[in-house]
Amino acid sequence: MTVAKADNVLNPIEKGAAVTRQELVFGQLAEALMDRCKDGFTLTLSGEDSQFTRFNRARIRQTGTVSDGSLTLSVMQAERTAAGTVPFVGEFETDWPRLEATLTDLQTLVPQLPVDPFVVLPTGSATSRTVNRGATLGVDAIAALLTPVQTLDFTGIYASGLIFRGYADSAGQRHWFESTSHSLDFSLFDAQNRAVKGTVAGSEWHQGKFLDKITQAKHQLTLMARPAKTIDRGQYRTYLAPTAVAELLAMFSWGGVGEADLQQGNSAFNLLRQGKRQLSDKFTLQENFQQANMPRFNSYGEVAPPQLPIIQRGQLVNSLVSSRSAKEYQTPSNYASRGEYLRAPEILPGSLAADQVLSGLERGLYLSNLHYLNWSDHPNGRVTGMTRYACFWVEKGEIVAPIENLRFDESLYHCFGDGLIDLTNFQETIPDIDTYDRRSLGDSCVPGILVDNFTYTL
Amino acid sequence: MFKLLSDVVTTATVPADWVGIRAVKDTTKTCTIRDTHPEGNTQQLGHGAMVEVLAGGQFGYSATNNLKPESLAAAVAAAYDQAMAASAWSLHRFTVAARPRATGRYVSSYRKGLDTLPPAELNQILLQVCDRLKVSDKIAQTTASARSHDIETWFVSSNGSEIYQREHLVETHFGTIAQDGPITQMRTDHGYLAQSYQGGWELFPGLDLWQRVQQVGEQALALLHADNCPDLTTTLVLAPDQMMLQIHESIGHPLELDRILGDERNYAGGSFIKLEDFGSLAYGSELMNVTFDPTVPGELASYGFDDVGTPAKREHLIRGGKLERGLGGLESQQRSQVPGVANSRASSWNRPAIDRMANINLEPGDRSFEQMIAAIEHGIYMETNRSWSIDDQRHKFQFGCEYARLIEDGQLTHTLKNPNYRSITPQFWHSLSQVGDRSTWEMYGTPFCGKGEPNQLIRVGHGSPVCAFDNIEVFGGAV
Repeated sequence: MTVAKADNVLNPIEKGAAVTRQELVFGQLAEALMDRCKDGFTLTLSGEDSQFTRFNRARIRQTGTVSDGSLTLSVMQAERTAAGTVPFVGEFETDWPRLEATLTDLQTLVPQLPVDPFVVLPTGSATSRTVNRGATLGVDAIAALLTPVQTLDFTGIYASGLIFRGYADSAGQRHWFESTSHSLDFSLFDAQNRAVKGTVAGSEWHQGKFLDKITQAKHQLTLMARPAKTIDRGQYRTYLAPTAVAELLAMFSWGGVGEADLQQGNSAFNLLRQGKRQLSDKFTLQENFQQANMPRFNSYGEVAPPQLPIIQRGQLVNSLVSSRSAKEYQTPSNYASRGEYLRAPEILPGSLAADQVLSGLERGLYLSNLHYLNWSDHPNGRVTGMTRYACFWVEKGEIVAPIENLRFDESLYHCFGDGLIDLTNFQETIPDIDTYDRRSLGDSCVPGILVDNFTYTL
Repeated sequence: MFKLLSDVVTTATVPADWVGIRAVKDTTKTCTIRDTHPEGNTQQLGHGAMVEVLAGGQFGYSATNNLKPESLAAAVAAAYDQAMAASAWSLHRFTVAARPRATGRYVSSYRKGLDTLPPAELNQILLQVCDRLKVSDKIAQTTASARSHDIETWFVSSNGSEIYQREHLVETHFGTIAQDGPITQMRTDHGYLAQSYQGGWELFPGLDLWQRVQQVGEQALALLHADNCPDLTTTLVLAPDQMMLQIHESIGHPLELDRILGDERNYAGGSFIKLEDFGSLAYGSELMNVTFDPTVPGELASYGFDDVGTPAKREHLIRGGKLERGLGGLESQQRSQVPGVANSRASSWNRPAIDRMANINLEPGDRSFEQMIAAIEHGIYMETNRSWSIDDQRHKFQFGCEYARLIEDGQLTHTLKNPNYRSITPQFWHSLSQVGDRSTWEMYGTPFCGKGEPNQLIRVGHGSPVCAFDNIEVFGGAV
């Protein structure tokens, strides 16, 4: 098995990892902008050099590489602003002319625009540099991943490579973040089209961990081979495994705990803030950047605190407040992203031990994954979605049978409120493996939850 | 651009069976206003190339935004390496038949170019939209946005393909949230960015814009104190702006051949449809006629060729309720031996083509809207999608709408809030009992169809008449 190391390292710098070509060129572009632009500006960079290999039936369906990057320049003049995005190739002589032309365009455009009273001007002095180097598999080694799964109906995607983010502004703030990582997201299917899911992610490939995951998934698949039980619609005690909880957690970032959403009537948690609904005192949600594979700086160059409690023992103690919202609503910023979504969410554990999950459930449903969630009644926090993959009917504290997929429709005020019996005393790190536009960074750290009277509708 | 790409292809030294390059240049301009101020004025240039190589029966790809000849040549070599490394593990051994030679040109029509509406003027129009949406102090938020795209695509290949396509798109949106204490209601202009079409600034502002703005504001207000949609099983009438979602989720996705072949099972899911169903399955009521049609002028996903060079052509997917054809490009057609369509599409230069919807339309029937409502003793009429969720086999779904009216004794009566409905796809389409005529047919689009690994968002268009379905379970929000 071959392992490919990052091949674009140029020169080492003191007290840190070597500087990549991308970091070097980004720095040159920032300096050139400082010389050329006397307005307020921010410059952000997002890019990747990625490998994507897609599997179906333990064979390769599609395989390739993507080398991509984009620079976004925002120019501010007299409470007006506009932004332009251009490709980032990683060669100064190619990137600078396009960036300079964009600067000229924006400097012409901005004076024509209406006043934006909530423009955030760069003012800080923060700098940071985070480099998480890893090693990824070469394409021949990726193909060889299929050897141990040849007897299985294995499907999924391997994604790997360098991801980089940069920030610079007219105040002199500078940030750099890069991470070389991989993820293998897979499903195993049986002849009845029942499936189990597994994910392997990290910075170094460990064949042993991959084989362990496959072994676990195969064991789960044998449980799925039992005759499926059809569950009538109704309410059942339910255990949601960490991967399922992570799906519910994502709803907190979609019309959830952002200050702008709360102020504009577009949040599921207005009722919580108004004291009209409650969450359980067992439930605590926080931003925790200490372990996250995610930059702490945002698109204003601000660095988020290492930890920020959002919901503490059921009480909404902080919303996510960007500096833009801070200006608009006269409330202190906690350096949230412009979109005010959770970037490093963690739900704190409870007291339910792993070996008590089935006995605590006693009679009900064990859900490993959820699928396709959406608000069904947003102001009341009600979410609908489907069960997916390894989901089981449990009786007398033992798994009895897999279930046919069910539709649920339940309020977060119930899941994390009056219906919450307990959270597990362990957490799992669920990596964000989305690849819309580009490979995502970050993950969520969540326990499983045991919920009474969880509602199934179809 | 053609010369650059052709030179790279003709000078490629790899011993491949086929080499192709698809370069894409996408210039996007966006303006967003909220309440009384701009939220964003952005312009975005994307420019890069997808190099694809067929070797050893396997396609490999390498995408780069560095368009220098040496970089593209390196991408050819990298794509070849990908193909060869994977060749021993190929799911299917493809031949050049999956990339037949094609030449041609497609340029979407428009009357007013994308440079005819200056940003300052666009900002003022959208500010005025927000201002007029605020029909009451109970309007808590107003938004309006517009974006334009100028997308050019060049496709060349080693077997002589040469295709140029250019699309001008305009996508607009406005909406409002009304709030009274703990009650909030959202109302928009047919759904987020549903007003997405090919064309220029003749599309916006349209002649009926201010009337629509007024109506959206007033309906948001009316929803605040409307009754909840009742929980019952009744006749459901769906407006075209909800039919768009219904067609998309419960016809379009299940008919994608790559889902049926299993490619999507780890992400978006599979399908309840089997390959043997094509040509025989009664998908729904005999009133149901569904076409794949990337040739409709102005519809969002019209084109001359798909992204592997297959000429676009209108095809019936479902005729008289019977399933005829799948949504699969040449690769899926080879693998499945099922008739497909020209729908190998990629979201941009940095993603490989996969089976996608384009324009999927429900053909009109013969009833006017008035005739349809008059024929219903009791039912619910719903407009504008606000919530969507369906299982990974495209079977059990639950959809929600922004706005509903009660139908009593053949007439639309009270406004209802929080309307939702749920059903199972085959049962639902077999319950189709009335299809509106051409006067009820409307066309919308969305830029947000998500699918694929790596993930891709792509534009689709959907046209539909008003439709009625019998015995559907509807329900409301929390009391």
